[in-house]
Amino acid sequence: MISPRPRKIDPSLAQPCFVSVPTLFDRRLNPVSFALVGSGDGARKGAKAQRHYSSCSAALRLCVILSSAIIAFSQTSCRKERKVDIATREKILLLGNGDEPKALDPHLVSSVGDSNILRATLEGLTTFHPADDTKHEPGVAERWEPNEDFTEWKFFLRKNAKWSNGDPVTAHDFVYSYNRILHPEMAAPYASMLYFLKNGEAFNKGEIEDFAEVGVKAENDYLLVCTLERPTPFLPDVVKHTTWLPVHQPTIEKFGTMTEAFTDWQKPGNHVSNGAFQLTEWRINAHVKVRRNPHYWDAKNVKPNGINFYPIPNSFTEEKAFRNGLLHYTYIIPSNLISHYRDDNDPSLRSETYAGVYFYRCNTKEKPMDNVDFRRALAYAINQETIVKYVKMGGEQPAYGYTPPSEVGYKPPNVIEHDPQKAREFLKKAGYESGKDVPEFTVLFNTTEEHKSIAVAIQDMWKKTLGIEKVKIENQEWKVFQQTLFDMKYDVGRAGWIGDYGDPTTFLGMWQTDDSNNYTGWSNADFDRLLKESSYAKSTKDRYRILGEAEAILLDEVPILPIYWYTRVYLISPDVKNWNPLLLDNHPYKHIDLVPSGQTGKETE
Amino acid sequence: METARFILSRFLQSVFALVCIIAITFFLARLAPGGPFLDEKAVPEHLLEKMQEKYGFDRPLIVQFGIYLGNLVQGDLGPSFGNKGYSVNEIIAQGFPVSLMLGVVGLGIALAIGIPIGVFAAARKNTATDYILMTIAMIGICLPTFVIAPLLGEWLAIHLGWFDVAFWEGSSAWVLGSLTLGLYYSAYIARLTRGSMLDVLNQDFIRTARSKGVSPLKILFKHAFRGGITPVVAYLGPALAGLLGGSFVVETVFGLPGLGQHFIKAATNRDYWLINGTVTVFAVLIILMNFVVDVVQAWLDPRTKSKG
Repeated sequence: MISPRPRKIDPSLAQPCFVSVPTLFDRRLNPVSFALVGSGDGARKGAKAQRHYSSCSAALRLCVILSSAIIAFSQTSCRKERKVDIATREKILLLGNGDEPKALDPHLVSSVGDSNILRATLEGLTTFHPADDTKHEPGVAERWEPNEDFTEWKFFLRKNAKWSNGDPVTAHDFVYSYNRILHPEMAAPYASMLYFLKNGEAFNKGEIEDFAEVGVKAENDYLLVCTLERPTPFLPDVVKHTTWLPVHQPTIEKFGTMTEAFTDWQKPGNHVSNGAFQLTEWRINAHVKVRRNPHYWDAKNVKPNGINFYPIPNSFTEEKAFRNGLLHYTYIIPSNLISHYRDDNDPSLRSETYAGVYFYRCNTKEKPMDNVDFRRALAYAINQETIVKYVKMGGEQPAYGYTPPSEVGYKPPNVIEHDPQKAREFLKKAGYESGKDVPEFTVLFNTTEEHKSIAVAIQDMWKKTLGIEKVKIENQEWKVFQQTLFDMKYDVGRAGWIGDYGDPTTFLGMWQTDDSNNYTGWSNADFDRLLKESSYAKSTKDRYRILGEAEAILLDEVPILPIYWYTRVYLISPDVKNWNPLLLDNHPYKHIDLVPSGQTGKETE
Repeated sequence: METARFILSRFLQSVFALVCIIAITFFLARLAPGGPFLDEKAVPEHLLEKMQEKYGFDRPLIVQFGIYLGNLVQGDLGPSFGNKGYSVNEIIAQGFPVSLMLGVVGLGIALAIGIPIGVFAAARKNTATDYILMTIAMIGICLPTFVIAPLLGEWLAIHLGWFDVAFWEGSSAWVLGSLTLGLYYSAYIARLTRGSMLDVLNQDFIRTARSKGVSPLKILFKHAFRGGITPVVAYLGPALAGLLGGSFVVETVFGLPGLGQHFIKAATNRDYWLINGTVTVFAVLIILMNFVVDVVQAWLDPRTKSKG
């Protein structure tokens, strides 16, 4: 128990944490003794049965004695050291990590949970700063420098970087890795993250056969030169992403060809990595364990001895595991438990800004969503504040734009806000006298209670503000839902987007004409032009200004209806030090320390 | 001779049923919208085509089915798309023992609780004891495992600290899993035992024994118990299959790496080969259990054969 006093979690479970022996007797054994009395009533009917009863009651008495012994034992056993306490002492971090990893190959994964593990085992050119999103820590590259217009970046690699088998990490490893992820035969799902490289996209699409034409070269063992498609001042942010992590060529090729996806190289024992940790165990749906990599160049500054990642898709189980002292950190917390922790002022509850946005896509190719004024009417009629406060209740921020504002840089133009008057004006402008004339349309979401309650709330807002009566809400199973969006067979569809790197283009890039994540049919030449132009801006400030102009166009034409910006809410043990709020939530584990906080274990009485 | 023919015909029926299940699963999984490569972040069209080609999904479905059957006969269940780098064989080899342990221990608990309650209730037929026990059993049947499991976790693990509430390695959470399953099935077994015990207790030989002055305990355990327990034995096969296949909830609540989770996740991931693999395993299990029960019953009671 972290909480200094018993905490109510659920009204139905409203019991003190530790039941004393007498209470337990009352609760647990009364049904049995009640049965005993009952059998006594029946037993009076005959002497034989009476004999039977007494033998049974003896057996029951024995049970009572045995169970009281077990209870007495349990009273002592719960004072034992909890798993997190042992782990803290051994400096092993126990982390909840959402779903089971789909793979441990940086070129095959796309989910956040998978990247969390790969960030421990592999190190890219630059790495994340433990407290500041805007800073880059040196990784394999000691230093890096762009040319004048940011179209060419030189990465100077450290000479002491080693793979976990002792081989040196060289610039050739990076070239090999980028060849692998971009190779058409690899069919890497997230290869587009390397389209920053010159000819990266053309090579990936099979338009160029020769990888030598792609803009990445090893000038020598320790100098990597990246030539880019267009100026990219934020490249050091981009190369932190999972897709830019290196793989060990001899290991890949020991278990298959370069482009073979399903090989054994990523299994414990085979996995050779260059990060602070190496993979030691992987059991599906149970755990992934990584331990200290003795060959890591900065091994002496790596604080934890290892990390255990636990895949726990069920957030209630995860919260229980945390209370039970099995985890240092939960990936998430069920939103209906947040208020209990808040009311208790529990220090283990943390709530932080997260670079993610929840929004609705509109199919701008079909009626009635093809009408820009109608979309505006819908956007202005949504009261984001109400949704955040009374529906979502996880401490999210109402989204007045699309790109989440970051503390130290880009702020989206303030265009979307709840304005019923404006909403009704736009409805008239769209050619509808009243909401009753609006043809039927459907809000589509994937099946979860959370998406449903938001959709119901929005349906109601549109009805109350605009008088639109024929809004259907429909849920579909996840994969069916994705296919429907992909095929553009929807009117309004739920969506969420998490930033890949610390720059607004990770959010805005997807709305360019024909981007594979656009799905709305929306296209605007000015928007496309501004986004291209932003690459050539003289300064970051200038670039943000241009991107702001582009976002203003997006928000004016509203192919998307922004709803809220994400917040990360989770539980973390006070033993974990140096775990700071980060916008992208990519914590560099080597800086995370475990120190017994002294707060643990004493509340068992 | 007749027995051999009966067993052979039952065996052939089982194989036929299995082939049907495999075929239906294969085609149903492929007919579902979406696919294993679809993800929240869109995969560009040209890569999608490449992947389809790589795994042979661009060929006619019937050809793919032929290839799948060919591999299946050789014991190769194919790769998993949801757990890249693992074959379906490996996943089943990891998950099945966990499910088996959960199921077998659960069955043990179910018998240890269910049979005594059933016998006791039968002995106290139509008394308050009987009604109370059977009401509790009825409640047990009605309470779904997703209610019992979190309650047990909250109470036995967090409040009392007897067990760990989750995880597999070095954790006692699996006991809670077995207990949940055991409690659920014990309710069925209690009712089943009570019913069949009452049947036996009403028979003539019991009356004879009673009139001879044999003690009630002896009647209950020496004379009636053997006959009364037979239907429970017949129920063991299907019960074990049900316990293994129905452990999804328990595995999710206690974070256990059994086969049940794969069974459900494979379907939502459109992890085609894993869907087919897990369905095949459970189908083989259920068919095998039924086959064994049929054969054992035929051996115990020759009348079954003519009916079969």
